[in-house]
Amino acid sequence: MFVIKLVLKNALRHKLRTFLTILGIAIAVMSFGFLRTIVTAWSAGVESSAANRMIVRHSVSFIFPLPYAYKEQIARIPGVDMVSYANWFGGVYKDPADFKNFFPRIAVDPETYFDMYPEFVIPPDQLAAFKAEQGSCIVGEKIAKELGFKIGDPMPIDGDIYPGRWDFVIRGIYRGKDATADETQMLFHWNYLNERVKELQPGREGNVGWYVLKVHNPAEMPLIAKTVDQFYLNSRAGTKTETEREFQQSFVSMSSAIIRSLEIVSYIIIGIILLVLANTIVMAARERTTEYAVLKTIGFSSRHIIGLIGGESLLIAGIGGVIGLLLTFPIAAGFAGMFPTFFPVFNVETITIILAAVVATFAGVVAALFPTIRALRTSIAEGLRAIG
Amino acid sequence: MIEVHNISKSYRRDSLEIPVLSNITLDVPEGEFLALMGPSGSGKTTLLNLIAGIDRPNTGSITVNGTDIATLNESNLATWRSHNVGFIFQFYNLLPVLTAFENVELPLLLTNLSKKERREHVEAALKLVGLGDRMKHYPKQLSGGQEQRVAIARAIVTDPTVLVADEPTGDLDRVSAGEIMVLMDRLNKEFKKTIVMVTHDPRAAEKAHKVMHLDKGELN
Repeated sequence: MFVIKLVLKNALRHKLRTFLTILGIAIAVMSFGFLRTIVTAWSAGVESSAANRMIVRHSVSFIFPLPYAYKEQIARIPGVDMVSYANWFGGVYKDPADFKNFFPRIAVDPETYFDMYPEFVIPPDQLAAFKAEQGSCIVGEKIAKELGFKIGDPMPIDGDIYPGRWDFVIRGIYRGKDATADETQMLFHWNYLNERVKELQPGREGNVGWYVLKVHNPAEMPLIAKTVDQFYLNSRAGTKTETEREFQQSFVSMSSAIIRSLEIVSYIIIGIILLVLANTIVMAARERTTEYAVLKTIGFSSRHIIGLIGGESLLIAGIGGVIGLLLTFPIAAGFAGMFPTFFPVFNVETITIILAAVVATFAGVVAALFPTIRALRTSIAEGLRAIG
Repeated sequence: MIEVHNISKSYRRDSLEIPVLSNITLDVPEGEFLALMGPSGSGKTTLLNLIAGIDRPNTGSITVNGTDIATLNESNLATWRSHNVGFIFQFYNLLPVLTAFENVELPLLLTNLSKKERREHVEAALKLVGLGDRMKHYPKQLSGGQEQRVAIARAIVTDPTVLVADEPTGDLDRVSAGEIMVLMDRLNKEFKKTIVMVTHDPRAAEKAHKVMHLDKGELN
């Protein structure tokens, strides 16, 4: 009780210094939490991958299409329960410079896509309306809110990969089953795309971007991948079949340099937290050398001295850490608001909170280590002679 | 009461061995008020520290109340100090963030006394030094003489048998120094405390029963 009381009083001895240290730690912890949230958001697709889904894409690159004719052949492979397909559309919605208008637009098979992705929840009547109308589309709830879309609204898109003006009507708004689901997509009929391509660019029709497979037993995934890829080995369009997680991971790895940089910066921030706190604690402990000697003279033990220095360090680190964590949420929300569609999922994850708390605690312990050892090693006689 | 037998003490500075005390033998009977005088660097404070158990001799033995304190380990020595010795320093060494009451209470926090008992002891000690009305004052709100009286209250609150004082009047004006020495004299005569005091001040030494001089590590 005495140690706690003295820790509190000591922490308030130099109020400005303590305040600035707490502020420094809070900003550093907030930056750490924010950067980790970006890193996590970048990998959100990987983390939310289903264990029973596989992706079949062109063996050379994702940008090369696969023949639509593969669908029935793949569906016959043992272990494959369902096949769906999709095609990246691209295009431009209104002002391309506005980040809000940057969201994925994908042509899908309306009959199977929502069965394949149960994490996208849509009311049955809206799904039925979507299936019934070839020029219709479905948008995620996040972009619907952000751009003010309602059922029945038109959505004109200027094509780039597929030139021309493309007119859609919104017939449904899906929402994610949980916070990890991407609610920023615009999905429309692959048939609509295929027929327009057939009309405007004959010879380019009959292709899909990738196939999505639902497999019966995830343990059979390596065998299914091998079977599919072997089957198309000598075709004009060879395939690369991988788990959905591997597929998502390949996208993330394209940005690995950026992610790595962010991770390194987040580690540097840990160092900054340590230096800020260590500086304060070393100064405080040095100023109190005589007081520690007096306490030891009176009969207080090493345990008390450890408690006093470590307690103050942990208290400052703890307050700074908590404030930093609390600041992380509005900062992350503000960032997500500025770029609502850039990161489909941008949440401060529990693991980020735990990591930030661990970092602050770690800094508190390490910063106290050196001054504590010095205080314990200083003899009483030396301590009483010291000038703080 | 205090038996110092043939002790020597030296300090090491890098590779240099600096002798401070050599072959000191000294007996301080119970109830004695001993003043140690001598020039700076003569080893007075070192001898005081050894008697108080906050430093250890290189050779020799120190027995206080029948306990050879040179043989105690750090932990036992700390416990022994808390039970047997009260310390008075030249610069008072009060904790600035604690009130006079809290400073005096410090040694009692290591005992099994209840909060109520601690309060009674602290109030008695502060009243004894004439600061019953300054309990809630912080050190910076007190004069030097008052701070030293708080330090004396802290030294006597556990009722130790021995008081060691390292130049208790060294930082005080003449009037305050006189008041402190009157108090020390009272503690010795009225409360039978054995006092070992280091001082440069001949007026302070006059209150002692016995004055010994240290010079170049040797006792005269």
